[in-house]
Amino acid sequence: MIAILRRKLPLAGRAGLPLWLILLMVSSPGPADDTAPGRTLAQQAVQEYEAWITADHADMEILQQEFTSGPEVTQACLSCHTLAAKQFHKTIHWTWLDPNADPSERIGKAGITLNNFCISIISNWPRCTSCHAGYGWKDASFDFSDETKVDCLVCHEQTSTYKKFPTGAGHPVSKPTVFKGNGKTFNPPDWNLVAQSVARPTRQNCGNCHFRGGGGDAVKHGDLDSSLEHPDMVLDVHMGEDGKNFDCIRCHSTTAHKVAGRAYSTPAAPDRRSLLEDDELPRIMCESCHSATPHVSGSKANDHTDKVACQSCHIPTFARVIPTKMNWDWSTAGRKKEGKGVIEKGPTGKPSYHFKKGDFVWEKSVVPEYYWYNGAMQTLTAEDTIDPTRVVAINMPQGSKAEPNARIYPFKVHRGRQGYDVVNKTLLIPHLVGKKGTAAYWGSWDWNRAFTSGMEQAGLPFSGEFDWVETKYHYPTTHMVAPKENVVGCSECHSPEGRLADLSGFYMPGRDSYRLVDIIGLLMVIGSLLAVIVHGLGRLFSRNGQGG
Amino acid sequence: MANGQMKNTYVFSRYERLWHWLQTLAILALLCTGFQVKGLFNLIGFEKAVKLHNTIGLGWLIAFAFFVFWIFTTGEWKQYIPTSKKMAAVVRYYLRGIFKGEPHPVPRSKDSKHNPLQRLTYLLLALLLLPIQMVSGFLYWSYNNWEAWGLTWLNLSVVSIVHLVCAFAILSFLITHVYMVTTGHKVSAHMRAMVTGWEEIESDTEVEEWEKKRT
Ligand code: HEM
Repeated sequence: MIAILRRKLPLAGRAGLPLWLILLMVSSPGPADDTAPGRTLAQQAVQEYEAWITADHADMEILQQEFTSGPEVTQACLSCHTLAAKQFHKTIHWTWLDPNADPSERIGKAGITLNNFCISIISNWPRCTSCHAGYGWKDASFDFSDETKVDCLVCHEQTSTYKKFPTGAGHPVSKPTVFKGNGKTFNPPDWNLVAQSVARPTRQNCGNCHFRGGGGDAVKHGDLDSSLEHPDMVLDVHMGEDGKNFDCIRCHSTTAHKVAGRAYSTPAAPDRRSLLEDDELPRIMCESCHSATPHVSGSKANDHTDKVACQSCHIPTFARVIPTKMNWDWSTAGRKKEGKGVIEKGPTGKPSYHFKKGDFVWEKSVVPEYYWYNGAMQTLTAEDTIDPTRVVAINMPQGSKAEPNARIYPFKVHRGRQGYDVVNKTLLIPHLVGKKGTAAYWGSWDWNRAFTSGMEQAGLPFSGEFDWVETKYHYPTTHMVAPKENVVGCSECHSPEGRLADLSGFYMPGRDSYRLVDIIGLLMVIGSLLAVIVHGLGRLFSRNGQGG
Repeated sequence: MANGQMKNTYVFSRYERLWHWLQTLAILALLCTGFQVKGLFNLIGFEKAVKLHNTIGLGWLIAFAFFVFWIFTTGEWKQYIPTSKKMAAVVRYYLRGIFKGEPHPVPRSKDSKHNPLQRLTYLLLALLLLPIQMVSGFLYWSYNNWEAWGLTWLNLSVVSIVHLVCAFAILSFLITHVYMVTTGHKVSAHMRAMVTGWEEIESDTEVEEWEKKRT
């Protein structure tokens, strides 16, 4: 038989040649070039970037005068940059309000939307507004039209010595002062040095606030923390100092001080054009530089970009260097031992309990949770009625599979327990920051007084009866894009217990199955097997078996 | 059945045999990779299975077009025309006669390769099961083009169910088919026919007129 086969083989080969050629053509993706076109495109888009300028601020006499406060510096800046403050006043960085919502709804963190970290700015202004790019927002009376109150330096100074005091309502200190919260000493800035250093914002500038949201490094976002000040490409392919070394504004394109980025209710991705089609486009979307079909032509990944956000596969985990806060239970706050507040350290080295704030859970290299997302978030306010029998979603990604703009998108979900009004069924704003003798929780250690004061300052009712409710808050994950070697593998989602196990309403190969179909199929196969076995045995033990 | 004199006869042409084994390989590979995609077992992983499955699936579609061309240009399609004649006898043979050592009621010949039961089975296979599997597989593969092709009314889970049920049916056929190969006058006789093209056939077999392919 082997001899016959050998004789036939050359012929068989000739006859089969066209078939195999066709097979080969179908299977090979083209020339042996493994650079994805989207990568080449993006590299072209960002070639030879050098931010050149025609003025040296160190030469300017007006910046050599003696300054004693931030607003004085701002006045000097505005003497040349006459439109800067007017521009800045229109941006969300200044107003902290959703520009698209009706102002009476007070949507935004300056308004009555909440989170499950320190919950609300209202009544806690001096602490929270240390991250406002302004000076002196210490209570509701802050004058948002005062141009000298804009803090130019926090975004533009390049010495990294300019620090706003944590409870200074946006001001740095005027004499060396210890912050009791962490025991660190804050020094007054060398105003001339910082004023003369100004340039375009770097990662450091943005990171001053955005890496420290929630009052500390890595607390809030999970994909934004101080590890991005000097990242390598393994942590972030765009910002890695061993690679392109992007600053934030490389993608967060800015016009007239308006920084492209997410908004409260506007879908972030109304269209899918790339820079090739429109070079005025903000570079905020991956597709702006990488196009909608960035992978090697013919690869299955290109078929995914209409439904799966790039981030879902290219950010396998967030908080890969510094642990981020995943859970915050306010209800256990206030524990003291012999008159002193209790602080406990957890397994990650971060506090697992703090008497001022309650129990924490911190996690590192966290796998995101996935939702359909069209770029808009629905936010709860302190006026909205909640159902305390369930976990309350303080904000919720909007979108569904049916929407052409929606994608499956990764999120950090921060869970917690916080106070709500048992009678009015609303979440409560606590007054937290304040000295002994005030109604603030950290002064009075009395939740009832803290809630009463917080809600009163927000102009909202409080029945006087409160309890604790579980909440969750969603942060879109978009930074810490990993190198392609570390991308999320197909089967991490295409498997029954995979990352997308909770997303229902559509069929996904490898993940979904129908029990009935499987049972029918297996019965068919087992039935045939049994039939041939019985038949074969019958032949073996009958005349056919003997005769054959 | 050993009373007649056996004559070595050329039954399957070179192309037929090539096609048969090529298709066997393709279907085996598609079964393995397909059930890996489904997650019935894990041998090569989901990603590799998808790539292989799609490549082999498309290759098979193209190769099948050649087969269709061949079967029509050679007139071989007539061998698949179904008939009810002697069907009962053939069924009776496989259910009872075979155990008693009776001869096959419709033995094979060059002009009539398939008995009535085979004709029906292969016709159903080539006309129904395999095409449905090809169409559903092709649709599955082209999921991203449905909108452009105006197929938005289609539903991926329905396509996948059709594809999966047919996959199970093909596997069942395969099991039965492999077993039936052993039912020749010798266990290896049919196998030899499909490998070398030659099979020993009783020389005095009369091919009845209805069985002959008309030329
Ligand atoms: C003998 C023929 C074939 C068999 C036995 C077979 C079997 C299977 C099975 C069991 C699955 C898993 C179904 C699920 O879990 O949803 C599958 C998936 C699939 N099949 Fe087939 N198949 C065959 C032919 C084809 C052909 C001709 C094509 C078209 C090119 C094709 C394309 C696909 C596609 C696109 C999937 C979805 C997963 C993927 O992208 O690979 N199949 N097949």
